[in-house]
Amino acid sequence: MTELRAAIEAFLFVAGFPLSLEKLVDLTEADKTDVKEAIVGLMNDYSRPHSGIRLLEIAGGYQFRSDPTLAPRLRRLQKERVQRLSAAGLETLAIIAYRQPVTRPEIEYLRGVDSGGVMKTLLERNLIRILGKKDVPGRPLLYGTSRYFLELFGLKDLNDLPTLKEFAALEPELAEALPLEPSDR
Amino acid sequence: MTVDIRLEKFSGPLDLLLHLIKSQEMDIYDIRIVEITEQYLTIIDQMKQLDLDVAGEFLVMAAQLIHIKSRMLLPSSEDLAEEEGEDPRAELVKRLLEYQRYKQVAAVFEQLPQLERDVFLPQGDFTDLLFDNSPQDVELTISVYQLANAFHQLMSHVQPEVFHEVVRENLSVTDYIARISRRLIEHSRISFRDFFQPGAQRGELVVTFLALLELARLRMINIEQVATFSDLWLTRVASEDQLQHLPLAEEALDYD
Repeated sequence: MTELRAAIEAFLFVAGFPLSLEKLVDLTEADKTDVKEAIVGLMNDYSRPHSGIRLLEIAGGYQFRSDPTLAPRLRRLQKERVQRLSAAGLETLAIIAYRQPVTRPEIEYLRGVDSGGVMKTLLERNLIRILGKKDVPGRPLLYGTSRYFLELFGLKDLNDLPTLKEFAALEPELAEALPLEPSDR
Repeated sequence: MTVDIRLEKFSGPLDLLLHLIKSQEMDIYDIRIVEITEQYLTIIDQMKQLDLDVAGEFLVMAAQLIHIKSRMLLPSSEDLAEEEGEDPRAELVKRLLEYQRYKQVAAVFEQLPQLERDVFLPQGDFTDLLFDNSPQDVELTISVYQLANAFHQLMSHVQPEVFHEVVRENLSVTDYIARISRRLIEHSRISFRDFFQPGAQRGELVVTFLALLELARLRMINIEQVATFSDLWLTRVASEDQLQHLPLAEEALDYD
């Protein structure tokens, strides 16, 4: 059991990217419940205050990440400044995250502004992806968030997003998403 | 009252409106439309006087505000035939509230510990070593956009041809499919990059890419990626026999 835990720890350490439970079962050739138990044990080990590394559930897998409180120190290692997402970028990403699959006209109706440039940047940064085409005249592309979106923000899955109801006191009928009426431009 | 606002600060007209409503301490459900419209138009005017390019969306919103204002001023009680009792501001209020939510969510995203900004990963790259073809290996599905992007990167390394020489090259997608198929029979898994020989002409690259797309479409290959931004891998999923007897007809491919 301790050996299994050690092996999983090493696999996760070496991989760097999130490894799913299934993947770890496959790699260790161990029983699924044992693997799960070992992961929980490891997560507890790494949540101790003196550890600078955390084991987190990210994008459907498990991954070692540095503790966010150490960010100011670790940033010294960075060669170049990270490109921050603009306010428009975050706003568009928020709409796509909650409304996916969503088309560009729908996004633009909600934001009240042309969003082509922002969406191109989000696509290039691999934060959103094209899910298909909507079955309406013009067949507009449908957009959704990517797996990298979850990785970037350290989310388990899309259900890990805060529920929209937590934001702004709303009238009950508004708590549900608005029916979208893309602008008639 | 002077309003000193820089439009670039706002991500759009809804953002600007929301700011005006807040700074006037108005109730979003009961916007004093005359006041807001006036302020909004003042700001747009100031921008124009400064010769700044006011984005079209800001003007569209100005028109909408004036329209709402005019509807509010019309005596409505006599006019029962028209949409019964609908507040002319209703749609705008809904849009503002919905927009406000996403703006709040965006602020929450900004606070989350972000990779490479607040949280860091080890730098080793063993991605390919950890890759295997086990069936439960649910890897990233590659979208056409990512594929096109990978191809675009390859193309950018090819020197543009300086001399313009017209040579009729007979590049056939069918031939390339056959060529790729033979390679896939030898090795069941090949990196995307390996298909494109360095020094190849652009035309060859294009045909190779089309051949790969065709094979993917016929479900002869899988295109996968172990981790975001890592290499793309092509895996043969069809049997040798299937690959050797592809129902290909040059005319059907229609890539002339």
